[in-house]
Amino acid sequence: MNLVTISGPPSSGKTAVILKTAESLKQRGLKIGAVKFDCLYTDDDVAYEKAGIPVKKGLSGSLCPDHYFVSNIEAVTAWGVEEKFDLLVSESAGLCNRCSPYVKDIKAVCVIDNLSGINTPRKIGPMLRMADIVVITKGDIVSQAEREVFAAGVYAVNPGAVIMHVNGLTGQGAYELSTLLFDENQHIDTLKGKKLRFSMPSALCSYCLGETRIGESYQMGNVRKIDLKNN
Amino acid sequence: MTQNEILQQSPQVLIEKYPFLTSFFDGQHWMADLNPTRSLAELFALIDEGFAEDHAFDADAFIGQLIDFITEMQAFIGNDTFKVNKLTILPGTNKSGEPEGFEKLDFEPKTITSIVGPTGSGKSRLLADIEWVAQGDTPTRRKMLINEQLPDSAWRFSGNKKLVAQLSQNMNFVMDLTVKEFLELHAKSRMVSDADDLINRIISSANELAGEKFSPDTAITALSGGQSRALMIADTALLSQSPVVLIDEIENAGIDRKKALEILTGEDKIVLMATHDPLLALMADQRIVIKNGGIHSVIKTSAEERALLAELEKADIKHQKMRTALRSGAVLQGENLKY
Repeated sequence: MNLVTISGPPSSGKTAVILKTAESLKQRGLKIGAVKFDCLYTDDDVAYEKAGIPVKKGLSGSLCPDHYFVSNIEAVTAWGVEEKFDLLVSESAGLCNRCSPYVKDIKAVCVIDNLSGINTPRKIGPMLRMADIVVITKGDIVSQAEREVFAAGVYAVNPGAVIMHVNGLTGQGAYELSTLLFDENQHIDTLKGKKLRFSMPSALCSYCLGETRIGESYQMGNVRKIDLKNN
Repeated sequence: MTQNEILQQSPQVLIEKYPFLTSFFDGQHWMADLNPTRSLAELFALIDEGFAEDHAFDADAFIGQLIDFITEMQAFIGNDTFKVNKLTILPGTNKSGEPEGFEKLDFEPKTITSIVGPTGSGKSRLLADIEWVAQGDTPTRRKMLINEQLPDSAWRFSGNKKLVAQLSQNMNFVMDLTVKEFLELHAKSRMVSDADDLINRIISSANELAGEKFSPDTAITALSGGQSRALMIADTALLSQSPVVLIDEIENAGIDRKKALEILTGEDKIVLMATHDPLLALMADQRIVIKNGGIHSVIKTSAEERALLAELEKADIKHQKMRTALRSGAVLQGENLKY
């Protein structure tokens, strides 16, 4: 089985890109499965089912979605192997810009959209900087100049990546993306022993454990203070 | 440059040597408070685990990307003189697997090709084939040549090297900048060193196209529909690196369409235009008819069609004049319709 992790800011068009790309892959007779990681709510699983793609969804609830992802991706991979998928796509929303959802040796795609602002590529950490493929969406509604400026911004923070434009509505570029996602020589049986490309954001403080009160005396553990003097 | 050589250099020295690294270093927030005159090896030595975690910094990944960036940018700058003199499509098949209705289709700079066919007939597939420089590996099995040769794979994968620039009906400016700031930003992303002259040319070209003029200090989001289109066209003609421009229908409002095409072809662009407007379709040198996912036929614009075009242009000028008259508050009369 091939495994691809697809990540990106909320509403950047991940699901639309995956669904359009899956159409091309299915036409080649490949069996595709998907897993959707989100935080509080998603109905994307319905969209996958409608497209005939078996899907599992996981909601992280009060936990850091990244940590939830890494604690579950191995079991999900085992599910994919059991279902005999040719390709399992894991989709997860990067909810903070310090997200780091990629695994070494597993193809990593970041989906980011032209509308998210010109400085956004600089603001996003490992999720963008360590991706193998960066897919830029919503190019049909901004000017050519803005597309070029945005792509240059992405290039400056991840010069090694393949940078592609895909339109999640019309599917333009999705076929091309599909040719990069599946490699018949790749076989993933388990993720055991594999490593993340970069450590995930960390926190261990009283608020992680459910504290709701505000004030110095309630802050315990890994707490950091804003520097108001030299700021 | 090897990894070790790079490590001995400071960011400041590297920028002096490769000015294009400014944009790369700008994106490295971990460097923000460090002394740029010290070597990268010295800077790395200052970084402890906590700092690296906070800034999501990985020394190996950083050096790898820095080397990638330098190598690619050098190739890009060296390649700036590479010119696409001819783009060729070799036929594939339509949706039913039947061969396409042409032998070999050439596109040269300064020429216009219109694309006609019903919605869903395969226009976007054709465009995607060109953009992806298809090599018999797309659903249509078309093959593309650039300057009669098999194209470099960089056309597919490089972020800085795209074959097709696109202009379509529902595109808008979304940045909160003035026209001048916006063009400066675009020029910077293209590594244009002396941009002032170019920016002035873009603004004056755009003003020639638009009915109402705008100034360099106008916010791009405050431009009218016609002005926006005019600026997009002029900017694509003069500042986009892509040799092919695809236009998806130019609206017949507030913009001189003939002049727009002249500006694009004047800058050596290969122009492809999806349109069903006879005035535009006949301005093209040839038109591609798309049916059932494939190119059904290629028609050269005939002398008779060119004569027809002259008639259509007269009607168009009438139409424009009436529009201008209406705008200034005039009352139209029967003679306005006479040629």
